[in-house]
Amino acid sequence: MSNLTVLAGAPVLLVQLVVSGILVGAIFALVAYGMALVWGVMNIINIAQGEFVMLGGYVVFFLDRAGIAPVFGIPVAALVLYVVGIALYHTIIRRIVGRDMFTSILATFGISILLQQLANQLFSADIRTVRSGLPSLFFADGMITIPEVDLVGFAAAVVVGALLVAFLRTTRMGQAIRATAQNARAARVLGIDTDRVYATTFAINCAICGAAGGLVAMTWFIQPYLGLTYTLRSFMIVIVAGLGNLAGVIVAGAGLGVVEDLAGFVLGSEYQTAFVFMLLVVILVGRNLWLARERRSLR
Amino acid sequence: MRKSGRGVAAAIAVAVTGLALPWIVPSITTQAAFLWLMILFSLTWDINGGQMGYNSFGNVFFFGVGVYACALVQRDSGLSYYAGLGAGIGAGALAAALSALVLGPAMLAIRGHYFAIATLGLSIVAANVASAWEYIGAASGIAAPLFPGAIGDRAKFFYYLLFALAVLTFLLVRRLYRSRLGLAINAIRDDEDKAEAMGLHTTRYKVFAWSIAALLLGAAGGPVGNLVGFIDPNDLAFAGATFGVWMVLMAVLGGKGTLWGPVIGAVVFHVTQELFWTWLLGWQRVAMGLLIVVIVVFFPTGILGWVARRRTTAA
Repeated sequence: MSNLTVLAGAPVLLVQLVVSGILVGAIFALVAYGMALVWGVMNIINIAQGEFVMLGGYVVFFLDRAGIAPVFGIPVAALVLYVVGIALYHTIIRRIVGRDMFTSILATFGISILLQQLANQLFSADIRTVRSGLPSLFFADGMITIPEVDLVGFAAAVVVGALLVAFLRTTRMGQAIRATAQNARAARVLGIDTDRVYATTFAINCAICGAAGGLVAMTWFIQPYLGLTYTLRSFMIVIVAGLGNLAGVIVAGAGLGVVEDLAGFVLGSEYQTAFVFMLLVVILVGRNLWLARERRSLR
Repeated sequence: MRKSGRGVAAAIAVAVTGLALPWIVPSITTQAAFLWLMILFSLTWDINGGQMGYNSFGNVFFFGVGVYACALVQRDSGLSYYAGLGAGIGAGALAAALSALVLGPAMLAIRGHYFAIATLGLSIVAANVASAWEYIGAASGIAAPLFPGAIGDRAKFFYYLLFALAVLTFLLVRRLYRSRLGLAINAIRDDEDKAEAMGLHTTRYKVFAWSIAALLLGAAGGPVGNLVGFIDPNDLAFAGATFGVWMVLMAVLGGKGTLWGPVIGAVVFHVTQELFWTWLLGWQRVAMGLLIVVIVVFFPTGILGWVARRRTTAA
């Protein structure tokens, strides 16, 4: 807890933590928005979400090693993951749409283990990172450090998010996706090919995760086992923000980034992951108590 | 009459195999001990997962609590080996059951998939805390005290302990499902709101059932920790990626919500794993992921459900 006094003594550190938290939070929000999309449209909680992030990171990493800059690597990662998403949809996901939640959670959990272990076998368990070569910016006499790559990651996350929203609002497919989310049966009656909608939705989610993974590889690091933390972070953001609430997702994502940064600083980094998951449990319990109170007032 | 005769025959067969196994093939005593552990795992998971409809992904938490509680009692109590072990197993069971009693009311109020993910989170928190907390050895774990008997007797001793625990679990669970509690938790699974409207104290039943699962898992922790000899927070105690997933998988494989399903699932799973897994050379866990997907997507009712369906279509 001694770090708490450090923090109280130098409020400028707080600014540092908040800013870097918000920058990272944008990537969390991106992944969470993808999860909310699949959840809302297909009623599937995708536990393999984080593994798609991890795979996207590896695509960018290996492209970077082959001499292709992340600027081009990230779109390629999105494309590769889109294809992976289509393949997964037609082999597995298609069979669990409309089944109970337990089946979908367990099945995607299986996919998550499969991908994570495949990555471990093929790419080894080493921690990888893409060196951007970008400098850091210093403010307030060097008390606040912001790596430029974090800013780039933030900007890219915003761009991808904006593209996604534009896609959902303006294109025919986007409209079909939103219609299916509202009422799949009615959509089918009106001639929407929901099977194709589901495939596209799932693949778009994969593509978003792939892009986010590239950003993670640039701003942080990747390794085969990081998936679950991203999955549960997304889950947390989605249940706090609610389905289909883009502004909420962004705020919750940034909030989570900040809280996590602060917790890592105050408790020590070895407890940071434990804190994130504890927060998840607390949020679930708290949400439940809140809902119970709502129910009582309805009576 | 015929049915009870079959039950007696099965009981005798299990007892004879269980007792004689370490003498017939001593080389696989440890693996056989793990078979009983797996049966205990899937049976206890099925109490809340299959029978109550609360699909926990974090029951391994209670096992880990048992492992650590026993190891700490053995390390710090200063008792002689067997006294320390006995006290440790008791402490493990108690600590696990208590944590279920404390966490239960809040956790079990969460429904459906939210419960699944909350419990998953719980077990990961535990694994992370255990690997960071110096007092319990942090990431380097705890070594179990040396077994005082002959080297070959150690595996045998813990084999019988786990065998006894698994049999006890089976009998207890069977008794439980025939009791009022069994009816209550089945009612909760089928429609919790209705069960509550009918006047059942659903929270009490849920917490009690979960605590029983926790008690048995916690009791199993001590023997396993000592059998393995070294307690690693991530690979043994809170091994969510192996034990935690296997529990669910074995119960689903055999047929969840039945008495024999988890037993059959555990036997099939463990034997397959022991026989074929070594051929896969590091690809075991990839195969595990694939297996989960295949079972869940194509055989959601498990072996027993498949057999029952075959029988009804044949008749």
